[in-house]
Amino acid sequence: MRSVRVIPCLDVDDGRVVKGVNFVGLRDAGDPVELATRYDREGADELVFLDITASSDDRDTIIDVVRRTAEQVFIPFTVGGGIRSVEDARRILRAGADKVSVMTAAAERPALIGELAAEFGSQCVVVAIDARRSDAVPSGFEVFTHGGRRQTGIDAVGWAREAERLGAGEILQTSMDRDGTRDGFDLEMLRAIGSAANVPLVASGGVGGLEHLVEGAREGGADAVLAASIFHFGEFTVAEAKAHMAQAGIPVRL
Amino acid sequence: MIGGPVVAVLDYGIGNLRSAQKALQRVGADARLTTDPGEIASAAGVVLPGVGAFGRCVEALEASGLAGVARTAAEQAIEGGRPFLGICVGLQLLYEGSDESPGRPGLGILEGRVTLLAGDVKRPQMQWNRLDAAAPDGDGARHPLLAEVAGDAWMYFVHSYAAPLGPHTIATCEYGTTVCAAVGAGNLWATQFHPEKSGEAGLRVLRNFVEGVDGR
Repeated sequence: MRSVRVIPCLDVDDGRVVKGVNFVGLRDAGDPVELATRYDREGADELVFLDITASSDDRDTIIDVVRRTAEQVFIPFTVGGGIRSVEDARRILRAGADKVSVMTAAAERPALIGELAAEFGSQCVVVAIDARRSDAVPSGFEVFTHGGRRQTGIDAVGWAREAERLGAGEILQTSMDRDGTRDGFDLEMLRAIGSAANVPLVASGGVGGLEHLVEGAREGGADAVLAASIFHFGEFTVAEAKAHMAQAGIPVRL
Repeated sequence: MIGGPVVAVLDYGIGNLRSAQKALQRVGADARLTTDPGEIASAAGVVLPGVGAFGRCVEALEASGLAGVARTAAEQAIEGGRPFLGICVGLQLLYEGSDESPGRPGLGILEGRVTLLAGDVKRPQMQWNRLDAAAPDGDGARHPLLAEVAGDAWMYFVHSYAAPLGPHTIATCEYGTTVCAAVGAGNLWATQFHPEKSGEAGLRVLRNFVEGVDGR
């Protein structure tokens, strides 16, 4: 059977979990390993760590978080942020992560996707696509990089197709228009990306309530739904989210 | 962690082996990532992990010099010797070959070829799925690897290819079609799913393996 995964996302800045609105205005949400352990206990299907300081210097901080998480947490987890090479990915994977997520570096140099897939297998390679609605590209969804600050002129739908061709094993799609707004996923964007790529699709950006998770799976066609702040600040537990989805008829692991 | 039976996790340079080691340690094994044939020979149990493409794993296993060690350990296990656990591609490697990498023979311990997941499904299967832990020709008895694991337990799968169903199949899952999820032949055990990533249910599978190692 097909089941839909629920994935808490932890944005990690200098060893702490933070969460912002539209990628700015950060607010402290705790220790990443403590949160990861709690989400595992509550039934999270996977975890994502995004190292949002990664472009700058302190890579060892996230390696330490990964290593400590791997001691405690026996569900899959992905690490993204600042991974630019096979060697960057190797360090993260050797520390205990299961997958790496690439975004800016892959958009700038698409061959990176193939290099990672050849070295570690496609199942290890998540291509993150941050997109916004835009008139600049045919599909109306344009890729943005550098934490949403830089417009690329790349069509998100074509890029998803290309990423799969190059060896991506999963696509993590974030609507930058919705991120932090609590208005729900951009379902049209999800459907557009999902129809272009035949690898698992993770929906991200905009979750404000449990119904949004149901919509992402049912109307957006997502294979996994990712959320951050609704979990971090104690609004809902992961268990409540999954119970709600199950009640709505979405197959989830309970 | 000190104590517990020594379990050699074959470190042939692929992917994330740390989580397999940590999970085995969590359930009481003295798990060691190793490339040392001497250490592997003296271990009480052997684990063959595997992620990524089949051909790449075959190449890496050969390049590391551990292909012969792995083959011998698997052959001994099937005869009732030292327990052996294959995980994910580590299960697939036990077969004669895979359609994923046609030019690269597997270890050929079990008969048959690994084939692409059939049907109109997303590949890879990258999700949690429920086991059906009754073997197709099963007599109802649960295989020791799955002792005290719910017959419909959720496990985490990541794969695009799958082993053939056969007399050694001890669990399946449904994904478009019926898919081989675990095999057992003598003391040769293997899972298509990742027990080290399947939460408490997965740790129980690993504990069963470690108890099997310890009980000899």
